[in-house]
Amino acid sequence: MMRRLWITLTYIVFGLLLIVPLIKIFTGSWADGWSGFIEGITRPQSLHALMMTGIIVVVVTALNTIFGIMLAMYLVRAEWIGKRIKRLLNSLVDLPFAVSPVIGGLMIVLILGPNTIIGTMFEDAGFKIVYALPGMILATLFVTFPLMVREVMPVLQEIGAQQEEAASTLGAYSWYTFWKVTWPSIRWGVIYGVVLTVARSLGEFGAVLVVSGNIMNKTQTATTLVYQDVENFNVVAANGVALVLAAFSVGLLLLMEWAKKRKEVH
Amino acid sequence: MNAMFRGKGWSFGFRSAIMLYFIILIVLPIVGIYTQSFSLGWTPFWESVSDPLAWKAVLLTVRLAVIATLLNVFLGTMIGWVLIRYRFPGRRFLNSLVDLPFALPTAVGGLMILLLLGPNSFVGGLAEKIGIEIVFHEPAIIVAMLFVTFPFVIRAIQPLLEEMDKSEEEAAYTLGASRVKTFFSVIFPTMLPGILSGAMLAFSRGIAEFGAVVLVAGNIPGKTLIASVYIFGEIESSNPQGAAAVSVMLLTLSFLILWTVNLIQGRRGGQ
Amino acid sequence: MHIEVRNLNKNFGDFHAVKDVSFEIEKGHLIGLLGPSGGGKTSILRMLAGLESPSSGDIIFHGKRVNDLPPQERGIGFVFQNYALFKHMTVYDNIAFGLKVKKQSKEQIRERVMYLVELTGLKGFEHRYAHQLSGGQRQRVAFARALAPEPQLLLLDEPFAAIDAKIRTELRTWLKEMIERVGITSIFVTHDQEEAIEVADEIMIISKGKLEQKGSPWDIYKNPETPFVASFIGESTIVDDISQLIGFEDGASRPGTKALIRPEYIEIGKPGEIKLASATLPGKVKHLHFRGSEWMVELLVGDTKLITYRSLEKDVLHPGDEVSVLVHRAYLFNDNDSWIAENTLKVDPMPIHI
Repeated sequence: MMRRLWITLTYIVFGLLLIVPLIKIFTGSWADGWSGFIEGITRPQSLHALMMTGIIVVVVTALNTIFGIMLAMYLVRAEWIGKRIKRLLNSLVDLPFAVSPVIGGLMIVLILGPNTIIGTMFEDAGFKIVYALPGMILATLFVTFPLMVREVMPVLQEIGAQQEEAASTLGAYSWYTFWKVTWPSIRWGVIYGVVLTVARSLGEFGAVLVVSGNIMNKTQTATTLVYQDVENFNVVAANGVALVLAAFSVGLLLLMEWAKKRKEVH
Repeated sequence: MNAMFRGKGWSFGFRSAIMLYFIILIVLPIVGIYTQSFSLGWTPFWESVSDPLAWKAVLLTVRLAVIATLLNVFLGTMIGWVLIRYRFPGRRFLNSLVDLPFALPTAVGGLMILLLLGPNSFVGGLAEKIGIEIVFHEPAIIVAMLFVTFPFVIRAIQPLLEEMDKSEEEAAYTLGASRVKTFFSVIFPTMLPGILSGAMLAFSRGIAEFGAVVLVAGNIPGKTLIASVYIFGEIESSNPQGAAAVSVMLLTLSFLILWTVNLIQGRRGGQ
Repeated sequence: MHIEVRNLNKNFGDFHAVKDVSFEIEKGHLIGLLGPSGGGKTSILRMLAGLESPSSGDIIFHGKRVNDLPPQERGIGFVFQNYALFKHMTVYDNIAFGLKVKKQSKEQIRERVMYLVELTGLKGFEHRYAHQLSGGQRQRVAFARALAPEPQLLLLDEPFAAIDAKIRTELRTWLKEMIERVGITSIFVTHDQEEAIEVADEIMIISKGKLEQKGSPWDIYKNPETPFVASFIGESTIVDDISQLIGFEDGASRPGTKALIRPEYIEIGKPGEIKLASATLPGKVKHLHFRGSEWMVELLVGDTKLITYRSLEKDVLHPGDEVSVLVHRAYLFNDNDSWIAENTLKVDPMPIHI
């Protein structure tokens, strides 16, 4: 009896909080029919925004994956870092989780903005950071930084260093050991981390909004375009772009499930 | 030291590069914002913080985040329990759906809430008739926070429930404990660390949330203007020092929470 | 390979894990590093392998100092305690790993791997993964993998610790035979004295980071050089007050001297059974335990408890029986000194001169 009640309640919560809103996005973008949707996403600013988002996702995911794996290896394995320093660094990794994205963006404006020393230096060299793509990438890197590290670290801890040590006594050097011994074990953790990073960088809004200045056809991303459309009461167009983003998210969700399952098997 | 990183001349440069990247990307900005907020001395900092609009925004944020967190604790505990303990059609589907708010851009989440509860929607219209205003008022902000923090509590208690030895529960039954008594004396204590750390994470995400909230809050200063939107406004109106001052307040709060979560998890790991 | 270690030290922070250890190992010998857990044995082994670097001291292989050589270049094979097999590789690929690193040709690799598979009795298991093997089979794979690149020194860290007691003995004999056949210098770590005595040519006893004694198992059993070695090897009882024993008055005259007595140093008999009556003590049987092939007898001599064994062939004793106890010898020690003393009264008190 109780069982029934709890399950029903669970379904109600999911329905109201997740399923109905998701359906609403789909129907909303169809409010003006097929043509409205097509028009919403084929506007030049939509295409440009989607392209910007794409660039950011690719660059951020690539950098984050490489640096995340390396840092995770150092934090778990390296002995040239003292135990205390390691613990300190370890807690620093999580900092971006505690920082509001808006504040994350603000930090970058404060350090690299056009009114700062470093900012002017770069600008004189003809390299614009804030209100341009590099700043947006930096902001997204900051926000997504912990994801990869936090996925890879526990896997490395679990498999231990012995297989790597065994490889070294058999004559294998670092690069060979990494690819033949370590990588096959952390592979699924890394893939899961990639999916999370893609999802987060695809959806990053606050930090990018602050850093980009949200200039149409220049520094506007898909999420900041949705924001602008809503502010301009152009809800149908906003829905079109939002639907594209939502579709990607659902796809990523499926990937996440798949990667999670593989991660458990291995 | 395991041989992976040893020897080779370039390994020193390589190590330094990784560490430098880490420090520059994570530590420098945080140090930067603290120094910036005090850059003009104590008085301007104090002025920025004691601006009634600023502290009202912070208070509002904390209050609403507490409400959203409490809701999350109840809903999350129930759902985490149901998804682990019961087998029913659609369980796996719901379980994967839990992560949706993590995968969905928050701005899209905000838009969804706006469409669903907005003045032109069915629910919005209904609420308006009986005199409750949702969108552009506090309830919408709570819903937005609830939406983005939905997975935290569930994901924090699920592993604990999975690991829990069923025999502990059965032992309680054989000792004559009722179902309710068993739940509160055996099962609940096992879940508690998860509930607490999940709640902390949800709360810190709640006070930091921007994307979902900015679209539905209406952002009326002193009424529905939450802290992160206030900071955004200060940046837009070219007052970085004021933005930094409020940020520092919010950040310090978040760091305390993060630190507490680490402490809870550290204790659990130590057991 | 001839191995020499000089004044080896290892500190982990404040913890001094290995203290000034020096030894030499002849080519082809099989050495057991024996001692209680956490005594520094594994640290010594890992330093020999190059997995850990010494805080001070020299490690010399074949007359060449190898302290700064990484493990890849030391020409060693290492068998890890829980084998550290590569989980995602088959038995074949595990054994072939070291050969692939050396970039040997496919045929060479195949030949060597199949030889080792055959040697270790793993034929038919080449395509299994580690999780599909039993503990004993995993150990064989680890052994074959370590041997594949033809190392000059084989290091084994607690090679039998993760194996069922039942097949452990069987595997021990197998490993000893295998190592003899290959003829490789080997060092293994163990905390099980029975294992060390049975397998090793020579034993090094390590306790609290120090090398207590090095020698053949028989040597160490017969002539323990330190109280620790005496008490660690074999069974024994410590007697605090040796004035209660007769025949050891020399020792009793030195203050603070205690005795360590092994069961096999003691002979018991019903009154009259032992000829040298003047050298015996009166005792009482406290408990009897049947040990399958013999009786274990707990004795009370005065208020000192002693343990000995008694053959099943002799008269059966019962708790409470009065017996004569002859202590043939004892290992005596005090803070400064330790020596083995024979019972002085065992010599006939009235020798007949011919």
